[in-house]
Amino acid sequence: MSKIKKVDKPVITKNLDEFFNGLSKAFAFVKRFFKEVWFPPYEFKEVLRQCYEIGYRSLPLISLTGFIIGIVFTNQSRPSLAEFGATSWLPSLISIAVVRALGPLVTALIASGKVGSSIGAEIGSMNVTEQIDAMEVSAINPFKFLVITRTLAATFMIPVLVMYTDFVALMGSFASVNANELVSLSTFFVQVFEAVSFLDIFSSVIKSVVFGFTIGIVGCYKGYNSSRGTEGVGQAANAAVVMSMFLIFVEELLIMQIVNAIRYA
Amino acid sequence: MLSEREKVVEIRGLVKSFGENHVLRNVDLDLYKGENLVVLGKSGSGKSVLIKLMVGLLRQDEGSIKIFGIDTLKLNLKELNKLRLRIGFSFQASALYDSMTVRENLEFPLVRNVKNLTRKEIDFKVEELLDAVALPNTINQMPSELSGGQKKRIGIARTLILNPEIMLYDEPTAGLDPVTCIEINNLINEVRERYKTSSIVITHDLTCAKQTGDRMAVLIKGHFKAVGTFEEVFEEATDKQVKSFYDYNFIR
Repeated sequence: MSKIKKVDKPVITKNLDEFFNGLSKAFAFVKRFFKEVWFPPYEFKEVLRQCYEIGYRSLPLISLTGFIIGIVFTNQSRPSLAEFGATSWLPSLISIAVVRALGPLVTALIASGKVGSSIGAEIGSMNVTEQIDAMEVSAINPFKFLVITRTLAATFMIPVLVMYTDFVALMGSFASVNANELVSLSTFFVQVFEAVSFLDIFSSVIKSVVFGFTIGIVGCYKGYNSSRGTEGVGQAANAAVVMSMFLIFVEELLIMQIVNAIRYA
Repeated sequence: MLSEREKVVEIRGLVKSFGENHVLRNVDLDLYKGENLVVLGKSGSGKSVLIKLMVGLLRQDEGSIKIFGIDTLKLNLKELNKLRLRIGFSFQASALYDSMTVRENLEFPLVRNVKNLTRKEIDFKVEELLDAVALPNTINQMPSELSGGQKKRIGIARTLILNPEIMLYDEPTAGLDPVTCIEINNLINEVRERYKTSSIVITHDLTCAKQTGDRMAVLIKGHFKAVGTFEEVFEEATDKQVKSFYDYNFIR
């Protein structure tokens, strides 16, 4: 006689069960990352390759966006400051806005669209075409080779990209300030560095590390757990972008509250 | 006579369900050393699930799988990986790594599992296997540049690089033209002769089964309905479902 297990009934409702199961799976995934990242084999070559993919290939988009943000934000802020005759404060205002919020946030949002979706789609398609299974049956840990490398690369490269975006945005702002207020480059940057504190730079770096980790791990999680079929690959890429963007905003809010609490303590 | 030979795989009372879809229902199967066993069945009959359970890609609900006398269910990941190195798995869609060249695809399992190999030894092994599958000129090509048949061959070469004792072929001729099918069938036989492997070939293609198999096992609705040589299973078939499977393949 066949021995067949009965299908379990939902504990709460089917949808709620699925939500909590998903949440528990996501936590287990993150936990597995922190458990495995410390132990060999270390895939240095793959981490470097991913750093190149994430960092170098994002440069054109980041450069253009950063420069435009600098110009637009400066042009939009000028009329308000001009009312008080305070256009000389533009470099200070822009530097605080860019370093504290715009740089990390804009870079992370662009990266979640470009990098997160590409990680989700790549790992999702590897899942669909059984490439991940092929690694497992060859006694290779696919989690180490795919997830840890990409998450580490995103965690390393997003802070670098954020610093680059900050610089490019400030150059965009300088272009506008120089054209309108005839301020020299050295004067502009003296004002920029006077306005920015160590806490601003430190919090910006911490924020971008958190954003980078989020983009990497969410992209990998969605790809790794994509359902079978080509539709699943598209869904994984899409879900990676949506979920990482949502988490980035939540993290921005939380980190901002913590930093402000420290700043005004 | 077969029962006197060494069993390399022994499956008993295997049960596997996906939700309410009961795929394998109390399945028993033996694979003997040096033989090619063909598992036949319609699409969705659980053939691929059977071999995925063997390498631990899936976990059975009930029953035992013993490979070289080792119960796979009792192994931790490290022990399972050690066992996996003795088993080659050729995937239906070849599962070549898209971002790597043919050379890198073949090197990948080798350099991660065999330590202290020199560049010369790695190159020798890769070139030897590409010669064995008659594709030496593809070494620097990307998988996207290969035909379906070439991908299958490279996939087989990649599994052979770790010198497995058991080969598992998942639908080796699916989606290929008749000429390439015959080439792949011949390759399966050559692999057995050259590398002294025991194999399980999963297929629904009776031509492939006849050309490669010493024994056939027909999986219908989660049970093996018939096990034996091709003649015993099909030409002397009494079971209606086995007979109809044979008739639908237009082999007569």
